[in-house]
Amino acid sequence: MRSRRWMRVVTTPSGAVAVALLVLVIGLAILAPIIWGDAASEVNDSAPVQGPSSAHWAGTDALGRDIFYRVLVATRLSIELAVMASLLGVVVGTVVGTAPSVLPRWAGRWVSSAVNIAVAFPSLLLVLFFAVVFGVGTTGAVLAIGLAFAPGFARLTQTLSAAVVGRDFVAAARVAGVGRLRILVRHVLPNIGEPLVVNATINAGQALLAFAGLSFLGIGVQAPSYDWGRLLGEGLTQIYVNPAAALAPAVAVVIAGLAFNLLGETAAAVIGVRTGPTRSGPLPATPGRDEPIDASGDQPVLAVENLHVAFPRDGRWATPVRGISFAVRPGEFVGVVGESGSGKSVTALAVSRLIEHPGVVTADRLDFAGVPMLSTPERELRPLLGTSLAMVFQDPTTSFNPTRRVGRQLAEVAEQHQDLRRGPALARAVDRLRAVRIAAAERRAGQYPHEFSGGMRQRAMIGMGLMGTPKLVIADEPTTALDVTVQGQILRLLSEVRAETDAAILLISHDITVVAQTCSRILVMYAGRIVEDLPAADLTRTPRHPYTKALLAVVPDLATDREQPLVAIAGRPPAPEQIPAGCAFAARCPLADERCRTDDPALVQVAQLHRVACWHADDQHDQGTMG
Amino acid sequence: MTAELSSPGRASAAQGLRNPWVAFLIRRLSWLVVSLWVVVTAAFLMIQLVPGDPVRAALGTSAPAELVQARRESLGLDDPLPTQYWNHLRSVLTGDFGTSMTTDLPVSQLVGDRLPTTVTLAALSFVVIILIAVPLGVTIAVLTRGARWRGGELAFTSASVVVAAIPEFLLAVGLVYVFAVTLGWFPVAGGDGMGAWVLPVASLSIGPAAVIARIVRVEVLAVLGQDFVRTARAKRLPPWRIYARHALPNALTATLTLTGLLLTGLVAGTVLVENVFALQGLGSTIVQSILQKDYPVVQGIVLVYGALVLLVNLVVDLVLAALDPRSTIREA
Ligand code: SF4
Repeated sequence: MRSRRWMRVVTTPSGAVAVALLVLVIGLAILAPIIWGDAASEVNDSAPVQGPSSAHWAGTDALGRDIFYRVLVATRLSIELAVMASLLGVVVGTVVGTAPSVLPRWAGRWVSSAVNIAVAFPSLLLVLFFAVVFGVGTTGAVLAIGLAFAPGFARLTQTLSAAVVGRDFVAAARVAGVGRLRILVRHVLPNIGEPLVVNATINAGQALLAFAGLSFLGIGVQAPSYDWGRLLGEGLTQIYVNPAAALAPAVAVVIAGLAFNLLGETAAAVIGVRTGPTRSGPLPATPGRDEPIDASGDQPVLAVENLHVAFPRDGRWATPVRGISFAVRPGEFVGVVGESGSGKSVTALAVSRLIEHPGVVTADRLDFAGVPMLSTPERELRPLLGTSLAMVFQDPTTSFNPTRRVGRQLAEVAEQHQDLRRGPALARAVDRLRAVRIAAAERRAGQYPHEFSGGMRQRAMIGMGLMGTPKLVIADEPTTALDVTVQGQILRLLSEVRAETDAAILLISHDITVVAQTCSRILVMYAGRIVEDLPAADLTRTPRHPYTKALLAVVPDLATDREQPLVAIAGRPPAPEQIPAGCAFAARCPLADERCRTDDPALVQVAQLHRVACWHADDQHDQGTMG
Repeated sequence: MTAELSSPGRASAAQGLRNPWVAFLIRRLSWLVVSLWVVVTAAFLMIQLVPGDPVRAALGTSAPAELVQARRESLGLDDPLPTQYWNHLRSVLTGDFGTSMTTDLPVSQLVGDRLPTTVTLAALSFVVIILIAVPLGVTIAVLTRGARWRGGELAFTSASVVVAAIPEFLLAVGLVYVFAVTLGWFPVAGGDGMGAWVLPVASLSIGPAAVIARIVRVEVLAVLGQDFVRTARAKRLPPWRIYARHALPNALTATLTLTGLLLTGLVAGTVLVENVFALQGLGSTIVQSILQKDYPVVQGIVLVYGALVLLVNLVVDLVLAALDPRSTIREA
């Protein structure tokens, strides 16, 4: 499997380029001195410092030697030195980096501190430092570059092995009395080998560049030997007469450096991350199946017909929401309930126009306050949605910007949509914080989110929604991330908001107890469909869908607090990219028959204000009343 | 600066110790002192480790033995090692870096002469890098977010990998060829006025700008995926406001952590670039001194480089701590 992964590196475009370049460079390193070694050192007094010509592609140097051949021949020494230096760096770095896990604790700490100080210095400065110690010349330069790269590698090894050491199998080995050195060799090193190799490759590229720099400065390779850096240094002095003398070695260094870097980077990308999303085919057809929503009565705040949401995933379309229709009327408190993955949160985002590319939202109708949201340009929707549609998200800790004061984050809404200046906008924010019962609102407005408690943050989030005059508040699992003690407060606050402002509320929750206690109407979702839509009062009396019944069955008694552990419903909901034909609940349904497995039931009216999507809704109901 | 930053905790000593800012500063400054001590010691050991007799090496094999002996004595090289170390520490603390063996000038004067060039070069490049990299990174992030425009993403990443792989001195050679030799717009080396800075600064900035732009893009994309950006969208703020007010500041805090690396890398980059353009800075001086084996000068410049790097890291850490309200420093 490992070798297959490395094969993947070669098959990516950049990987293929890198390998081709590397083969070229290594081929030259081996062959060039054999083929052109003599030609490159042939002195020609009659033609010193000439520009490019057909005889000398890159011109000649001060002694009339052919620069092009010299660049080719220099490949071997340049690559050799770079590889030697980086090998030295890798070996020293690995030893130093793993030392803390083998040495006694105090010694290990000393080693880590030394590494920490050393990595603060850029490697070129370390190279210069070691170059002084080891003296000017080839050996000195190899030692200097190798040792200068060691601290960075040591740090990497340390970080990687620290992660491995924390894993279970190492702990198990330790408990079993395996020695530290043995743990290191048997368990740690094999597990960090791959990233180390990748980084060593990148390191070799950097060593090559460092060497070129050092020789260019005159500190590295000394005459009569020559590598690319020295050719470059010599060429630069003649740049007016023959620019090719400097450009040819420069190009060689860039190509070779790129070969190493590109290979390392590609390998890192392939090994580190999964391949990116591939193109998905055309969107699946989205026929409407449910009965259109009831058009009588007041105009609904939110009218949804045949809503679909699709995301491309691994070349296919995943459809977390598959054609749902419902309406929310002014002042109504609607709960949406279902297991995680049932599509309820995606529904919340879709009806508030917050699904982002590459997600696709389609619907026969998606009206908010009578405005069709899918056909109106976003710019025109902003003022309406900004003041009339409030969102409350699941996790108030991450939903506030950590670097801005809470008051300002609220005030922003008024500045944007109500044309208030900074001062009045902030005053309104303080007023709204007070409205959601935050004590010392003035002081709190000047604080950062992390200075708030979880419940307080969620109240501030609701306050943010109240900056305008919301017609609809969409609360997506608003209590899930909070302590049980504050959950009740938040739900009560939402009820109060509804009572005081006459805003409708769409409360999304996985907890049927929560919605049953607070909502007036309940939508039960399963695998991207609404399977039942009924008044909250009927929930315990006349549930018709087997899934609703199963949800209720896991709750021992709605009236009492849950003390016993809940019995989960056997099985799992289907993944949104693998929806079966027929009823999506069939695999878990006790009443499923042949028809259920082939035909998907539509959501149809079965009683006043009661819709169900089940072939056996009626039999069940009869059974339920008779039994 | 210290007094300013710790001002919240000035009330009383007891309160001061509990103030996280004071604790952080104490921790950070003691780390600085330890690192400085390591640098000073390393600079001392450097000369001790030089193979053979540094004075003989510097003066050449033909120098008379008396002169070598006199020099050794004036440098104190014949004293026992602890004495030498003690003298070294004392003179460094009093700002005495010794005397150049080739010019007989005090090293401190030499460093004072050359430091401004290097600092100007690094500072100008830093400004240019930030001015290019941040807008570029943000723009690319916005254009390629949510897997939009994969072609652009690929082109940008490959281009930045290639550009970043070209070291500054090679870029310098290329730029000299194009803009100085072929077009004749700027001087190859020397020259005065702003024109003389253009090519050196460009060769120092382009590579790091590509790297930073890439990092900014990744950071911005990461921030755009955060819950609070969804909240900002739910507030129906126009996109530019979301990017400018919510995404960018958060992405920059993360990017700032890398500024330390960037700046210290620039300090190192000046060494080669000064040599290509024959600028009289610390970098060209240290290289000349290494070749001439003028060890007191090398030692002095190593100390200055070390101190510069440590100072940059300190400033970046302090700025980070001041900017990030969640910073563990205050809560710790
Ligand atoms: S349609 Fe069939 S499988 Fe689906 S819920 Fe009703 S009875 Fe069960």
